This record gives sequence, C-alpha cells and structure tokens, in this order.
Amino acid sequence: MSDYIFYPGCAMESNAKAYYDSLMEIAQPLGINLQEIDDWNCCGATEYVGINLIPAYSLIARNLALAAKMGHKTIISPCSACYLNLAKADYYMAERPSLGEKVNEALAAGDLQYTPGSLDIRHLLDVLINDIGLDKLKEKVVRPLKGLKVAPYMGCMVPRPDYHNRWSDAEHPTELFDVLKAIGAEVVDFPGAATCCGGHMTQIGPETAYELIRRLISSAEKSKADIMVTVCPMCQLNVDAYQGETNSHFGTNYNMPIVFFSQLVGLALGFPPEKLGFGSEVTSTEKALAQIGVDIPESAIAEGKKRQQEGLPMPLCMRKTTTSESKHAEEAKA
Amino acid sequence: MSKTPVEHVHARLDHDEDLSLLNEVSMKTAGVSRLEMCIQCGSCGGSCPSEMDMDHTPRTLFAMLRAGMREEALLSNTPWICVSCYHCVVRCPQNVHITDVMYTLKGMAIREKKYRDSTAPDFSETFVDMVEKYGRSYEFGLATRHYLKHSPLRMIRTAAMGLDMLKKGRLSMKPTTIEGMDQLTAILNKAKEMELAHE
Ligand code: SF4
Ligand code: SF4
Repeated sequence: MSDYIFYPGCAMESNAKAYYDSLMEIAQPLGINLQEIDDWNCCGATEYVGINLIPAYSLIARNLALAAKMGHKTIISPCSACYLNLAKADYYMAERPSLGEKVNEALAAGDLQYTPGSLDIRHLLDVLINDIGLDKLKEKVVRPLKGLKVAPYMGCMVPRPDYHNRWSDAEHPTELFDVLKAIGAEVVDFPGAATCCGGHMTQIGPETAYELIRRLISSAEKSKADIMVTVCPMCQLNVDAYQGETNSHFGTNYNMPIVFFSQLVGLALGFPPEKLGFGSEVTSTEKALAQIGVDIPESAIAEGKKRQQEGLPMPLCMRKTTTSESKHAEEAKA
Repeated sequence: MSKTPVEHVHARLDHDEDLSLLNEVSMKTAGVSRLEMCIQCGSCGGSCPSEMDMDHTPRTLFAMLRAGMREEALLSNTPWICVSCYHCVVRCPQNVHITDVMYTLKGMAIREKKYRDSTAPDFSETFVDMVEKYGRSYEFGLATRHYLKHSPLRMIRTAAMGLDMLKKGRLSMKPTTIEGMDQLTAILNKAKEMELAHE
C-alpha cells in the first residue's frame, strides 16, 4: 500500500459523489491508501482568484499547510480545478517569493505556514499511471470492458498548464487513453480530448458554454463513442447535466453519457455498478453499459429518494434549522 | 549584473511610452506574468475556444494595456468570457501567463466597478461569499441565489434537472461548514489587509 494525502474538494461531496464512491472502491485493490486532509477548505475554484490575489492564494495554501503536517509528501486531488489550484499556489509561491511571503504572513494569522515545494501535488490519473502502473492495473482486471467504445475526455486543467511537465502532451494527452485501454475498453480517436467543457460559463454565459458542450459531444459522436469518460467533476457536470439545455438550444438530440474514469475502472475490477455511483448520471448510461452486459439496478437510481420527500426546497443556504431527517443523515455519518 | 530578458525589453522600449497600466496588471498577477514580453503574435486568440464571444482577443487586450487604455480594457468582456482552459498559455511563444492576467483584470474591473453586465462578477462574488461563510462551496445555494437574481426564468426551465440531481443525491441542501472557520477567517482577513496595502 502506498500512502497519500487526499484532498477531495467540494464537488466530491455533492455533484461528483459517483467519483468519490468509485474511487473509494478501487483504492484498496490498487494499493492506494488515502488519508483525507483534516478540515480542508474549498480551493476557490476559478472564482476566488478572479476577485483578489493574496486572499485567493492564502485560501488554497491553508490546505497545503494542513497537508504538509501529515507526514507524507504526495497529495492527490481527483478534481482537475482543485489539482490545478493546489499546484499553482505551490508553484507561484516559489516563482514569486514576495507572494509566498505574503501568503505565509496571512497563514501565520491562523498559526500555519507552508514552504513551497515541500509537497508533491498530483492528479489521481497521474498517480494511477506513474505510481501504481498500468501493469498492476491490468493484473487486477477481472471484467475487461471489451466492446465498449469510449471517448477519453481529459479536459483542460489537468494537462495544462503543466508546471511540472508531468503529462505527455498539452493538447493531445494520451494518459486517459492508456488507462482505458488497460481495462480492455475500445478507445476511439477523440480529437476533443483536451478541449474545454465551458467551465463556469454554464452559470453565467450559457450560450458560450452550450457551444463548447456541443462541439465536444458532436466530436464524441463522430468518433462513434458509446460513452465519454472524464477525470473532472466540472466536465462531468457540464456535459451530463447541461446536455438537455444544449439540445434545446441547438435543436439537437444528443444522448451521450459521461462518467468518471474511476467508475469504469471499478467495473473492470469487478465491482457492481451500484457501488460505483452508476445511476446518478442525468444522461443515462444504461444503453452503453448494456453493450458489455452490465445492468444498473433500479435501487441505484432511486438512491437519495428520501431527500426528495422534503419537496423542492426554496433557497437557501440561510436555512438554519435542521430537519430530523438531515440530523439522521448526520448521525449516520458520524 | 546582466539584464534579464524582461529588463532588456523594458530598456529598449520607447521612453515616452507609459507602461504604468501594463506594470500594474503585471504586478497584480500571480507568479511572474511575463505580460511585458508579449510580441503580439496572435497565437492566443487563434487558440481560444470562446474567442467568438469576446469583445477583444487576448492579443488585442494586451495591446490595449500597453497603450494605457484603462477604461476600455477594464470594460472589455474578454476576461469574463475566458473559460480558463489554458490553451493560449501552452501555445504562447513568450510564456505569458495569459489566463492569470485574465483573473487579474476581472478583479480590477470588480473593484473599479467597470463591467457592462453584472452576471459574471456577481457569480464570483456570491461564490466567494459562500466560501468565506462556510469554508466550502455550496452549489445549491449558489445556483439558486444566482438564478433567482439573474434569470428566474432559467431557474424554472432547469427545475426538472435540479430535481433529478436532488433525487440522485447530487445536490446537497445544506452547506458543509468547516471546523476551523475562525482560523480561516483570521487568515483571509490578514490576506485582505495586505491586498489593500498592496494597491
Ligand atoms: S500568444 Fe503570447 S506573445 Fe502571442 S499575442 Fe498572445 S500573449 Fe502575446
Ligand atoms: S485560457 Fe481563456 S483566453 Fe486563453 S484560450 Fe482559454 S478561454 Fe481563451
């Protein structure tokens, strides 16, 4: 077992639960021991840095400071934006020492400090390939995904800007391709592999986002993919949940499922789909998975039904009261 | 001591040229922005996936900064349309930190209230508010607050999708708060103090 510090990031707790659940299943057999950073905070996504500089980098660096105390050197983030933010803060604090000093002055107000360069900040995909290795992955495969045509969608923030020269190519990275091949899938030639899903534009400038989503899905369709595979919560959310809006915007009829690579790895390692978060996608994976004889049971789709009974809640965050139900959930968690 | 490439460019620039805006943006950008090194080749705009919706290509915007066109540069929608894909960055022959310069310009536009449409700045500020309040981001609160303010109609159109996400356990109705909120607040307050002093 190799020990790693784990920074899940906010999306893993909500919209990307399938990513979290599937990672938790495959970590053990692959020999990845994850130790979550205690009390980590949000990395600020692409928003905080657009407001101000020192606070944004201090926000990120609190996580680095907490991680550095944990005794291991390598920190894994499965989320592309989190990975980039952590890597970027570490890199820029060293590249511009005056920024590093100011960030440390801010951290000192919370009794923390961080020396840039003291952690190895890695994306999950990189760890899987370079630490665990494709041979070990292949060895563990009990159900090769033979016959499933997959478009390997790596997105932009993992291979770029690549401060540490970790990736094969900034525009046509091959890493995800290799992993999917190793689990027996048929990987299609997908020119969109490292193009952008629109990021936060689905929220603030949907027409720009729809166009980027359209290009991606149409490229996957032309490549005759049954399914797209991603390494990023934002990519999954945009292509999956906003596919319907994209269709109404262009009058198209796309129906392209997109899942996390860890979910497919989990299937290949023999885990049942309901343990891997299948069924939580908006664009159904049923047809694609039927190609390899995998059925998603109703129970997986119905998960989280209880919450629905609260009715469609009106906003918001301001709701201080805890219902007995969410208290239950909290107790169960504890 | 021999000059760094950046210092060379500075030394060769026309003395009449007012580079204060360019320098200001460069100084406010994370890392060493290398903005001064732009040779106006246009690779950035040519690589940009959302260039079609931008007022100016990144190249033009940087030329405007060099020319000291503060008002026009801060009013440009370009930084707000930038999707942070870093495509331009890996293609820029001068290694300009283009995406980070876009972030800097957003921040300046917000502080100087120079934007035509408040949707994007509001979104960033709402996000930041939530993170400062809870320590974690909170999508459900963010999306509802944002849609209610800017596009209630879209909220109705996307209600079915939201409900589906809720059913599938993908939207949390309650924000998660970190334990070290006091610590985080102390850090951010100190950082903000320095940010102001820096201006
Ligand atoms: S690619 Fe770089 S050098 Fe070329 S115009 Fe853009 S910023 Fe300037
Ligand atoms: S990072 Fe921004 S400016 Fe650069 S190519 Fe991507 S969208 Fe365009």
